[in-house]
Amino acid sequence: MTAIETTAAAPGMGEFFKTTLSILFTMIFVNNYILHRFLGICPFLGVSKKLDSAVGMSAAVIFVMVMASAITWPIQIYVLDANGIGYLQIAVFILVIAALVQLVEIICKRFVPPLYEALGVYLPLITTNCAILGVTVLNISDGLNFIYSIVNSLGAGLGFMMAMVLFAGVRERIEGCDPPKAFRGIPITLVSAAIMSIAFSGFTGVAAGIFGA
Amino acid sequence: MEQKQSKLSILTRPLIAENPSLVLLLGTCPTLATTTSVINGMSMGLATTFVLACSNMAISLIRKIVPEKVRIPCYIVVIACFSTIVGMILEAFFPAIYSALGVFIALIVVNCIVLGRAEMFASKNGIVDSFLDGTGNGLGFTLALTLIGSFRELLGSGSLFGLRLIPASIPAIPIFTMAPGGFFAFGCAIAFVSFITRGKAPVRRDFDCGGCPMLGSCSGGCSENNDAKGAGVEA
Repeated sequence: MTAIETTAAAPGMGEFFKTTLSILFTMIFVNNYILHRFLGICPFLGVSKKLDSAVGMSAAVIFVMVMASAITWPIQIYVLDANGIGYLQIAVFILVIAALVQLVEIICKRFVPPLYEALGVYLPLITTNCAILGVTVLNISDGLNFIYSIVNSLGAGLGFMMAMVLFAGVRERIEGCDPPKAFRGIPITLVSAAIMSIAFSGFTGVAAGIFGA
Repeated sequence: MEQKQSKLSILTRPLIAENPSLVLLLGTCPTLATTTSVINGMSMGLATTFVLACSNMAISLIRKIVPEKVRIPCYIVVIACFSTIVGMILEAFFPAIYSALGVFIALIVVNCIVLGRAEMFASKNGIVDSFLDGTGNGLGFTLALTLIGSFRELLGSGSLFGLRLIPASIPAIPIFTMAPGGFFAFGCAIAFVSFITRGKAPVRRDFDCGGCPMLGSCSGGCSENNDAKGAGVEA
């Protein structure tokens, strides 16, 4: 929350692209928000039954995540930290996110009706989605600068989408299975999520190998 | 839905019969993330209990002066204040636990149990009942987290509360303290509860909008199967 690196463009564009790619890869495959960090489990289990609703929900999440990071980062640095009231972070961020979601909903409804029809039903739920508040808080506590914060939230959102879409496919297969009675419904879904999470833990170390970070 | 209940049943019903975590399936993120050891799970549960009891009391006090339309933002601010307080207390007195729980302390504010109880109970009931309801739900959550935490810690590192129980000659299964073990242990815990309460308690078979505090403001986009079930639970 205190030390902010502000040396983004200094080492040149090559370094910048390398870091960007490394953040994206890490956030999508290694530190996947759903499968590794357990953020946003409710929509993961609630909306992953059909492929198109999984895609719609994740698109809304990516959109709001990037917007929320772009707004909360300057607020934290230039308003809260500058005035020594960093402890108001949680209250301010959640209100900003709630207001942002409302605003996005109103603007979409008025100006981009097709987008509203696709994402509209998912937007109100996103206010209490812990992945959104989580990514904004983690951006600050990890000391990322503005550009990398946005890249980080984009990566988190894409990872969210990938997990949702893959899991929608898995769930369609689970529907046709016949597990023991006590395991029907959510328990067997969680056990399959565990297997998927094991598969993803295979990516640990891959990012370091590729990007030498 | 809420009939007049005795004070004792307000406190005890959420412990087992309506356990917010294992029966109502609310607050899944902290349940999965903070149960890597008993002590982490228990601290998270107690921190949430504190927030639940305090925010329920505060919301019950302000329930008559808050306009209907802006009640959800008001509740969120109250809850955010108490999450900040509990975060500061942990940071000052239990720094090890604070760093182990990490971002999930801040995320108590978006825990659906807290907002759910505010919306469904505290906004309609008196201060004493709201306090009991918050404490009961918090303790039920703590109970669930402690159980899952002990299961994971025992299998994953062979110990309980950091105390080694299984001799070192028997290798532990470290995957239980990692992410996949969280999903697995939580799935098994829900299956276990639905096995022992067969036919006695209404176990939620699936995620629907029944327990969702945002139900009033959305048209149920989160779940495809909420039409039949969600309508019943909502009223």
